[in-house]
Amino acid sequence: MITRRLYRSLDERVGSTPLLRKSLVKVFPDHWTFMFGEIALYSFVTLVLTGVFLTLFFEPSTAEQVYRGGYEALSGSRVSSAFASTVALSYDVRAGLLFRQAHHWSALLFVAAIVLHLSRIFFTGAFRRPREINWVVGVTMLALALLNGFTGYSMPDDLLSGIGLRIIYSVVLSIPVAGSWLAMLLFGGEFPTAQLLPRLYISHVLLVPAAFAALISVHLVIIVVQKHTQFPGPGRRDRNVVGSRFWPAYTLRSVSLLLGVLAVAFALGGLVQINPIWIYGPFNPAKATSPAQPDWYVAWGDGALRLFPPADFRIFGRLVPSPFWPSVGLGTITFLLLYAWPWLERWRTGDRAFHHVLERPRERPGRVAVGAYALTFFAVLLVAAADDIIARLTRVPVTALVTALRIAILVLPVAAAVIAYLITNALRRSTGSGVTELTREDMRAGLTPHRARHPAGREPPLVPPPDQVVQMWRNPAGTWRWRWRGPGEELLSNEAYLSRDEALTAARVAFAGVRLEQVRPPAGVPLPPPRHRHPAATRAAGVTGWLALFLLGRRRRPGPPDGPPAEPGEEPPEDPGERAREPAARE
Amino acid sequence: MTSSPPAGAGRHRGLLARLRRPTGAPRRRSRARRRLNAGIRLVAALVLAGGAYAAFAPGISSAEDTPQLSTAAKEGKALFDKSCISCHGPNAQGVTDRGPSLLGVGSAAVEFQVATGRMPMARQEAQAERKPPVFNDDQTRQLAAYIQELGGGPQLPGDVPAMLAGANTSKGGELYRINCASCHGFGGGGGALSSGKFAPSLMPASPAQIYGAMLTGPQNMPVFGDNQLSPQEKADVISYVVTLQQQKDPGGFNLGRFGPVTEGLAIFLVGMVALIFTALWIAGKS
Repeated sequence: MITRRLYRSLDERVGSTPLLRKSLVKVFPDHWTFMFGEIALYSFVTLVLTGVFLTLFFEPSTAEQVYRGGYEALSGSRVSSAFASTVALSYDVRAGLLFRQAHHWSALLFVAAIVLHLSRIFFTGAFRRPREINWVVGVTMLALALLNGFTGYSMPDDLLSGIGLRIIYSVVLSIPVAGSWLAMLLFGGEFPTAQLLPRLYISHVLLVPAAFAALISVHLVIIVVQKHTQFPGPGRRDRNVVGSRFWPAYTLRSVSLLLGVLAVAFALGGLVQINPIWIYGPFNPAKATSPAQPDWYVAWGDGALRLFPPADFRIFGRLVPSPFWPSVGLGTITFLLLYAWPWLERWRTGDRAFHHVLERPRERPGRVAVGAYALTFFAVLLVAAADDIIARLTRVPVTALVTALRIAILVLPVAAAVIAYLITNALRRSTGSGVTELTREDMRAGLTPHRARHPAGREPPLVPPPDQVVQMWRNPAGTWRWRWRGPGEELLSNEAYLSRDEALTAARVAFAGVRLEQVRPPAGVPLPPPRHRHPAATRAAGVTGWLALFLLGRRRRPGPPDGPPAEPGEEPPEDPGERAREPAARE
Repeated sequence: MTSSPPAGAGRHRGLLARLRRPTGAPRRRSRARRRLNAGIRLVAALVLAGGAYAAFAPGISSAEDTPQLSTAAKEGKALFDKSCISCHGPNAQGVTDRGPSLLGVGSAAVEFQVATGRMPMARQEAQAERKPPVFNDDQTRQLAAYIQELGGGPQLPGDVPAMLAGANTSKGGELYRINCASCHGFGGGGGALSSGKFAPSLMPASPAQIYGAMLTGPQNMPVFGDNQLSPQEKADVISYVVTLQQQKDPGGFNLGRFGPVTEGLAIFLVGMVALIFTALWIAGKS
């Protein structure tokens, strides 16, 4: 009751109803792999929530103090304020350790979800036109996630992260020509410096999160504008979206996923210890510890540094130290390739068409091979980063392990790519639905290379498919509805229409070229009639609105604040609007 | 020899000459006499030196004939001759390519190696591993007494656990991170060294064993003698290691205290798998 009145008064002032109506019936396709991005989003939410709590107690300063606190084994030691306040967060602040650990776990989860999301986008071709911008935004967010993860890991000024910072300092130094200047610029002097910690802090809690907030908004707005992609399936076209409405079905799913992410982050935070800096001890340049690894998402750099042979080159008389290649070199190449991938693939396939229906991975054996190569490559690097722990647990000498991994980094990715190519190619030719259903003939067929070029952006010709039909009927209340029927499947429009024409237009946009027939209303509860205004009036109002905007624009001056751009419901005609099929205005 | 001897030598010879020849008149002797004289003096000096050595040195012959061993050491010798002699040789002198000499290693080394089960070794390998000890405490002490009496060497202080009463744990932690963490790891879980060698986990080690290890530097470990880490500092380090051993991890399950490697595994195997099942449950495969 109160909600309704509150909403009415809000609506009178800002006119939010059309926007809300549109967004509430927004349709999202259902597939479990579409949830990875949401997991990342909700990990970010968890990170912000827990991070705000942590900033209340953390002191980003290297000023020394004598530790007096709950952890007795440090009592009386001289430690930095950053370290002391982090130990205090773990031992003296109520629920501090829970929040610290939940924060760290959700950071690991955040990057893991981003990587899975990226893999899903990659293997299903969701980055294809028109979604290149969102691909670029997403890759940027991956880079920012790595950066922010590392700064957060380094802030407590403990021994383990101090070693990591020293490695980063050396990596920056290894950049030819500019290295020492960059290191001075970033670290404010020779490592370790007192200036570094405040810099890490402000970038970790303000700059990068702000950039994240902006990029996430852009990412989501683009998704809403461009609509979500969907897997191919019965009734799914480039011009429609089959799934659940935002309200209530998808909202419920999304909220339960948020709760699931929170549950996992806090369950891990409460039950599994992470980053016990009181055991690592305070950082001191004279000390070292082993094993020493960074968090998993930067461990590939560590692994590459461990595997790369100590080879210094001279290029144009300038020394390029060996740490440059596996760290800065590898990172730059990786991200450049990631950024460029949509254009690289377009250049290779010549496919410039707009796509809203995803490809199954098997349709592109070459892409799957590239993805398998990259994933295996980085997996081997992650294993290499843990070589001392593996050596200790298996009693294999470290040197032998490094030699084996050096061979593996060259051989395994290629092998994985070849196997992935053969399997996907065989799958493409088989009728089976999965790897387990592959036959010997399929595998033999898979040996011949995949040559089929994409049909250069042309939609399939609109021959009426014999086994599909769109049925329309008139409800007893006088409204109209329709449904699509295919072999073994049926999709119901989730909106009722005031007139037959309106329903007809919507059905034709969603399922162009499919035979239409009018039938008797089936049993079931009909939808209430839509409450939007008469189409003719809407159109007239829309035209007026556009005209007003146009005139205002011609004046080249911001118009008076009471200028009448558009009243509620005066939206320009974007019929047939968002329906269950969401027949969008796509060309 | 003949031409212009140094002043000191001349005086020395003059003194001997005076003893022999009270007349003191310098008289030229024949060359043969001089030679004979020198020969006699050389033989006498040799006999004197040999006799003195035989009398004062820890006798070789006397040890074999009448072993001056205490009762405990005798028991230890019996155990040694049964279980250790094949590699360390009779009288712990060592056997080439099998086992080193134990003369001078001291009782501390024996107590460490035997009490942790490293000795006797099961086979020749890069490094002896900790295993259930073969000898009980009494036998270990007897073996230690035997080796101690055989060749001397560093000994454990009487009661190591009692030294921990006044130890400074946080100073021990500092010393641990400077001296020990680079091999044994921040959490005392051990670490890998080159060529298949390793720094073992400190979790099962007793205070006396840690003290013995620092004092004697077993296997690949350097010796931390009393001039590097004083007994008090050793006690501090032991106190810190005991804290590490006894610490209940306040954050929950500690994932083996391996650091970010197991944490990364956990987020994929536990966190991500749980959420993927959640997503499958929520969204399905429609």
